[in-house]
Amino acid sequence: MKWETVIGLEVHTQLATKSKIFSGSSTAFGAAPNTQANAVDIALPGVLPVLNKGAVECAIKFGLAIGATLNRVNVFDRKNYFYPDLPKGYQISQLAKPIVEGGALKIVVDGVEKTVNLTRAHMEEDAGKSLHEDFHGMTGIDLNRAGTPLLEIVSEPEMRSSAEAVAYARALHTLVTWIGICDGNMQEGSFRVDANVSVRPVGQTEFGTRREIKNLNSFRFLQQAIDYEVRWQIETLEDGGRIEQATVLFDPDTGETRMMRSKEDAHDYRYFPDPDLLPVKLDEPWIESVRAALPELPAAMQVRFQNDYGVSAYDATVLTGSRALADYFEATARACGQGKLAANWVMGELSAALNKAELDIAQSPVSATQLGTLIARIQDGTLSGKLAKQVFEGLWEGAGEVDAIIEARGLKQMSDSGELEKIIDEVLAANPKSVEEFRAGKEKAFNALVGQVMKASRGKANPTQVNELLKGKLQ
Amino acid sequence: MSLSPDDVKRIARLARIETSDAEAQATQAQLNTIFDLIATMQAVDTRGIAPMAHAQEVFQRLRDDAVTETDRHAAFQAIAPAVENGLYLVPKVIE
Repeated sequence: MKWETVIGLEVHTQLATKSKIFSGSSTAFGAAPNTQANAVDIALPGVLPVLNKGAVECAIKFGLAIGATLNRVNVFDRKNYFYPDLPKGYQISQLAKPIVEGGALKIVVDGVEKTVNLTRAHMEEDAGKSLHEDFHGMTGIDLNRAGTPLLEIVSEPEMRSSAEAVAYARALHTLVTWIGICDGNMQEGSFRVDANVSVRPVGQTEFGTRREIKNLNSFRFLQQAIDYEVRWQIETLEDGGRIEQATVLFDPDTGETRMMRSKEDAHDYRYFPDPDLLPVKLDEPWIESVRAALPELPAAMQVRFQNDYGVSAYDATVLTGSRALADYFEATARACGQGKLAANWVMGELSAALNKAELDIAQSPVSATQLGTLIARIQDGTLSGKLAKQVFEGLWEGAGEVDAIIEARGLKQMSDSGELEKIIDEVLAANPKSVEEFRAGKEKAFNALVGQVMKASRGKANPTQVNELLKGKLQ
Repeated sequence: MSLSPDDVKRIARLARIETSDAEAQATQAQLNTIFDLIATMQAVDTRGIAPMAHAQEVFQRLRDDAVTETDRHAAFQAIAPAVENGLYLVPKVIE
């Protein structure tokens, strides 16, 4: 039987505010335990939450960026459950009236564009951290993270492979960091993914029973976990078994998912509107001022890059992987006036060097202006591609500006045809066998001669010019 | 609608309240009178009236995003039953 995979993602993004969603405690990462947890965060009796305007503004930005409906009046609810890292006994979240509903994101997988619709995004508070190491058989609780603002972003179950799920998660990651509402740091838990996965026979309209994989904190784990889960579900069904709705965890060491809890002990959260918080009202002037301050978004920039710089759809997606990368590319392309060549250099030589040195584009030792100048020197014939790579190395080492490096290292492409002719004559004299073979009709011999000339010129000859001159001399 | 003894037991378990059978029975009767009250309210014609999340037509005041709190964990932890290395210690719960 042929099976189809159905995936929906729930992503928790930590909002990049200075203070917590309902208190004035700091949200800075890595502080000593409980030093950033005030009376509201630890739920002392008699305290009241006061909503952070910055957190709401982040949610508005997101809603605008994905073309969603912003609920002008939205409501906080209590989600009730008992766990020691949730000191109130409930999490403040949004259920019936979330701030954001609808919207969509575009993804590209194997050159095919697809739109993934979003269901909703709602504000909520994060819980604290439980440390189960040995505290005389007890659990240690750090409430620094309790009350950190989150935006939970829920997609429709519209992804059909792990590759699509990863593409969606990446696009979402790019977007939330692009508009500055999340730092995107997955190691620190700022962007956590839950995947709802089910399978069904191809052609069936009803969904299969889903299992939810919790808390995936890297794109690689997301892919591995879904691939394992899909295989497991198909095998279970083909062996005549049934899938029970469940929550599972992914173990990166074994690459397997294992059951955390089944539906039977699923929580009954008994949601109800939080009487401590009034409904939140978004007025038009506020929304419009947030809209006006939004940067150009990745999707719009991709279209513009294709139109203005002639890059492919795939290249445009890669180049808008982050705002810093997009800005770098655009500055380079403007400096040299060569969009396609700029794209090749940014995604090729530069990205490879950055990866090798484990540097971010913002830390690149080669500036966009320098790279643009380098590309302009290829365009005006001063440098061959090969020589340009040597100049790039010089730029990377901080050896100075492009023209100074070309001068100092003698990397200028040979443009004097007299000098080149001299080299060609020498090569022809030294390789009579190749000349004879070429005259006998062997094309390969010609290439060998070109190689010899390039070598004799120490790479400085212009290959096109070599071809022309050589042909002329051999006729 | 009325609650069965099992419903009451389940609600008590969700709220982590230990109940004897006698207590559950007494509570069942009390909760069912609340359901009667809800049934009366549900009989009111509310067509054309927008649902409200709060009794008053007022909206949430917002706070500027600024850190205004200082570290007071020493004072908070002075009244905690068990503390170690700055952590609150609680009976072990692993999900």
